[in-house]
Amino acid sequence: MPGPRLEAQIDQWRAYVRRRQAISAADVEEMEDHLRAQVDDLAVTGLDEDEAFLVAVKRMGNLDAVSREFAREHSDRLWKQLVLVPEHPDAGGDGVGASRWRELAVVLALAVGAGLAVKVALGFVDGPGDEMVLARNASLLVLPFLAGYFAWKRRATLRVVAAVVAPAAVLAVVLNAYPFVPAGSTEVLAVLHAPVVGWTLVGVVYVAGRWRSDAGRMDFVRFTGELVVYVTLLALGGGVLVGLTAGIFGIVGIDLEPVLEDWILPVCVPGALVVAAWLVEAKKSVVENIAPVLTKVFTPLTVVMLLSVLPVLLGGGDLVAVDRGLLILMDAILVLVLCLLLYSISARDSLAPPGFFDVLQLVLVVAALAVDGVMLTAMLTRIAEFGLSPNKVAALGLNLVLLAHLVGAAWRALGFLRGRRGFASVERWQTRYLPAYGIWAAVVVVVFPPLFGFA
Amino acid sequence: MHIDKDLVAASATPLVLGILAEGESYGYAIAKRVGELSGGRMQWTDGMLYPLLHRLERLELVSSSWGTSDAGRRRKHYAITAAGRDALAERREQWAVVADALRRVWQDVQERPAAVTERWA
Repeated sequence: MPGPRLEAQIDQWRAYVRRRQAISAADVEEMEDHLRAQVDDLAVTGLDEDEAFLVAVKRMGNLDAVSREFAREHSDRLWKQLVLVPEHPDAGGDGVGASRWRELAVVLALAVGAGLAVKVALGFVDGPGDEMVLARNASLLVLPFLAGYFAWKRRATLRVVAAVVAPAAVLAVVLNAYPFVPAGSTEVLAVLHAPVVGWTLVGVVYVAGRWRSDAGRMDFVRFTGELVVYVTLLALGGGVLVGLTAGIFGIVGIDLEPVLEDWILPVCVPGALVVAAWLVEAKKSVVENIAPVLTKVFTPLTVVMLLSVLPVLLGGGDLVAVDRGLLILMDAILVLVLCLLLYSISARDSLAPPGFFDVLQLVLVVAALAVDGVMLTAMLTRIAEFGLSPNKVAALGLNLVLLAHLVGAAWRALGFLRGRRGFASVERWQTRYLPAYGIWAAVVVVVFPPLFGFA
Repeated sequence: MHIDKDLVAASATPLVLGILAEGESYGYAIAKRVGELSGGRMQWTDGMLYPLLHRLERLELVSSSWGTSDAGRRRKHYAITAAGRDALAERREQWAVVADALRRVWQDVQERPAAVTERWA
């Protein structure tokens, strides 16, 4: 009978082997049986357990080489596979399988619910005025289902639920009770900013009420990035599927478009959002995050892009004549730069010393600030010339919120590169600043319409 | 005794197939049997046996099934398949040719050792 010391040693060995991706659990079990048989045989020849274990491990050979052999035989194992629901209900033990199935059922129910909510709301649409009502309420129709999933998953407390439902109710009242002037710009602004407010509330549920926690916020940032990637992938796949189906129906003379507009898009798009959220939750620890990988590719490219834009802007002549659309484009560029910054920070080891990529990021931020400085001058001259409008104030306000974010990030990144401060302060700045966007969006939705007479 | 790793790799497949042709077996027993057959002079790196067995399984030369050892542990058993027996017969012919050629070359070296020493002298 093997002693407890030997058992502990074998446990250690097993954990060590198990870390190798190419060696599966079944292989480890097979090799463990070998190891134990070897130890037993060696013990019979008079070796004590420690010696027998050492000899047996030595005979097993260099694990790197063995693992390489396994990898050659099973190259598929080097690709991490995401198991959403186990193939055997009892796999993993402890009812893990059953709870995964239950989760799938909850997710599907919520996805269908989100789809049906949009579909039912579409049923009330009668005329272009109603379409704007629907657009205002779109996030209120879909996001509660997403928040519901996280509330269920995180077992949200009553306090968290109340803390989210109350502002959501205020948002709903504001969006529907304000007497918006038809086709006015404050209404369009409300439509554009309401999802940001809604997303902030989803974030509160996502972090299960720990909304003050920097780590919690960073997790929500990571989640958002991965969600965008997964929704895009689902949309691509869905598009291919719909296209193929429409092609086949077209050949036999049936037009799929009415079905597509009435059912497939309104039901599947909100559903896809909920399903994507579930996929991101499930893959969290299994598959590498892709958003930070994309930042590595696009950070240098964006630097080149900004540096080529700058001379064009400066040489472009009269800044007062600059097109208003340009300011919106600039905001989009700043958002892009911030996303690049945020996602590379979200994946960076905060203990690693400053490296080339950190310098590149600072160059990116400084280039963005330079371009934005030019644009801001243009905008301010324009406002001085033509006066304020809701659109201009909204664009300018967002620009200033972004600018403060970038200046703070540049200042801290510089301090980090010069060794004056740790990376944690760079990271903290990002997460601390994030609520500013939710607050600004809420201001645009709630304060702008009365301020500008609902025009 | 140290045996060149290329030689070990080349002989591993026919050895494993040959041992399994004697009857169903499992990893440790196969490794032990190799030791016995070579009079203890051939020692494999035991871990390498398993990727080899899995490769043979993928090529459908052996089949596997999980059973239980006397001590109650889960143990994977391997058995040779019909295709495995064919492969073994083929390997055996190949090795016979190689062994035959080698035997003659050893004989030649033994009969004319003087020629070799002369050249070195």
